[in-house]
Amino acid sequence: MQPAYSVILFTTASGAGYGLLCLMGLGMATGALPQDRLFGLLGLGLALALITLGLLSSTFHLGRPERAWRALSQWRSSWLSREGVLAIAVYPPAVLLGFGWVILGRTDGLTTIAGAAVAVLAPVTVYATGMIYQSLPTIRQWKQPLTAPVYVALALATGAVLLCLILAVTGIGARPAGMLASGLLVAAGALKIAYWRAIDLAPPLANPGSATGLGRFGKVHQLESPHSQANFVMREMGYAVARRHVRTLRKLVLALLFGVPILLSLLTSVLSGGAAVLAILIAAMCASIGVIVERWLFFAEASHVVINFYGGGPA
Amino acid sequence: MTTLPAPTTKKLGLVIDLDICVGCHACATSCKEWNAQGYSAPLVDQDAYGKDPRGPWLNRVHTYEVGEGDTARTVHFPRSCLHCETPACVTVCPTGASYKRAEDGIVLVNPDTCIGCKLCSWACPYGAREYDYLDGIMKKCTLCIDRIYNENLVVEDRVPACVRACPTGARAFGDLGDPTSLVSTSVREREGFDLMPEIGYLPTNKYLPPRAKRPGPGALAESVRPEPLAGSAVDQLFAWIDRALSGQGSH
Repeated sequence: MQPAYSVILFTTASGAGYGLLCLMGLGMATGALPQDRLFGLLGLGLALALITLGLLSSTFHLGRPERAWRALSQWRSSWLSREGVLAIAVYPPAVLLGFGWVILGRTDGLTTIAGAAVAVLAPVTVYATGMIYQSLPTIRQWKQPLTAPVYVALALATGAVLLCLILAVTGIGARPAGMLASGLLVAAGALKIAYWRAIDLAPPLANPGSATGLGRFGKVHQLESPHSQANFVMREMGYAVARRHVRTLRKLVLALLFGVPILLSLLTSVLSGGAAVLAILIAAMCASIGVIVERWLFFAEASHVVINFYGGGPA
Repeated sequence: MTTLPAPTTKKLGLVIDLDICVGCHACATSCKEWNAQGYSAPLVDQDAYGKDPRGPWLNRVHTYEVGEGDTARTVHFPRSCLHCETPACVTVCPTGASYKRAEDGIVLVNPDTCIGCKLCSWACPYGAREYDYLDGIMKKCTLCIDRIYNENLVVEDRVPACVRACPTGARAFGDLGDPTSLVSTSVREREGFDLMPEIGYLPTNKYLPPRAKRPGPGALAESVRPEPLAGSAVDQLFAWIDRALSGQGSH
């Protein structure tokens, strides 16, 4: 599948934003996070900025962005529509949480309820994003039970790294948060490795013979394509990354998204001051690059069953 | 609404005979010609006569080589929307632009509400939906909905343009929900099949498989070769000439 850069930016940036928002909300609801106003401003501000940046970028890949509001109507059947509805539903409690936490300095009542609401709605929104891909019966690498869980786990893990960054920058210190971030990164890494194992074992959905129904007469190969130039379907679905590059890119993801940030998050929980800020800043930068590569690979590794008609496959 | 209607009793669709399709692309070009001026927005090509022409087509004809050696055959394979009964291209649509008609099962895109998110093209295993880069919306086969019910056309023209254009009769249009229709009968008699039934979309369009292969030209040439030392003197003369020309010498 052709990796759309606007969708990669959307899912990674708003993913981390939703992860951070979820943890901030959870922290407020449970009282596990400090109720510092500057910390609240920076944490909620960064989360909402990332979410909004991502949502805006996601409209860039639309042919008719001015009609995007229509996408809120079909939540009964469409995960894309559900994602849109949930993404909007997160804003009111998030704004309420920010208002109570930062402006009023309240840590009770409605602020706590708003915190609990975003803690639930944020990961559910990311889950809906993952389900857009997981629900497609045409792409075996996405039609995996781990597709949506990996989206949620990565959102929480990258959000936790950002949480540590803000705790370190505001001078509060990220001692327990560093442990939390490394724990979430380990969990997300384990899920991602299991996902890779699953897609490597998943058999192709079809081959040129089964797709055309002509396989019973012998081996099928395309003699002539319907047209001289690549069409939309070939450009959109025919994108494939070379096998050996997949191995290299997966190693890069393991190192940048999981290895380095796990170690540096642990380190942050024992360091303090400038050293802690520097360590978690490097962790955040590595994780950002790592999650973008991971998301790019998620698209590039996906093979669509339609390419069996176009001289490709088995897929 | 992108939720699917209850199973329709009327299932309009096409039956494509892979045995007699000659791969002339008349269906594809007549489809392009008709749909460039009818329902939905025009099907405009960019750089149509240049080095990198691009643009949506609702019907595409592949040519496959099937089998190897003596049993190999060429099969021309037209591919368009199959107007499935339970297609995810409809249910994934976030806007309701993609829909399946309850009255005849035709799957359409409303050009006024499509946002061009392309998700329906990802959901289609048959490559039936193509994005129009100029219009910014998705295009697909309409089963020529603006012909089949069009009372301004003479009756024989009230079929999809591809069916009307096919010079060999390889494409038939009809109600596959009616077991007595001509299309349903031909599907029964010729063991018509669904493309990728395992995906679970229940395609309406059916394909008729190529018939069993007749003996190849090699065997045929052998059987009509004149018998030596048989028949009249003239026959024997031609038999000798045949052998001489075939490089088998004379004796």
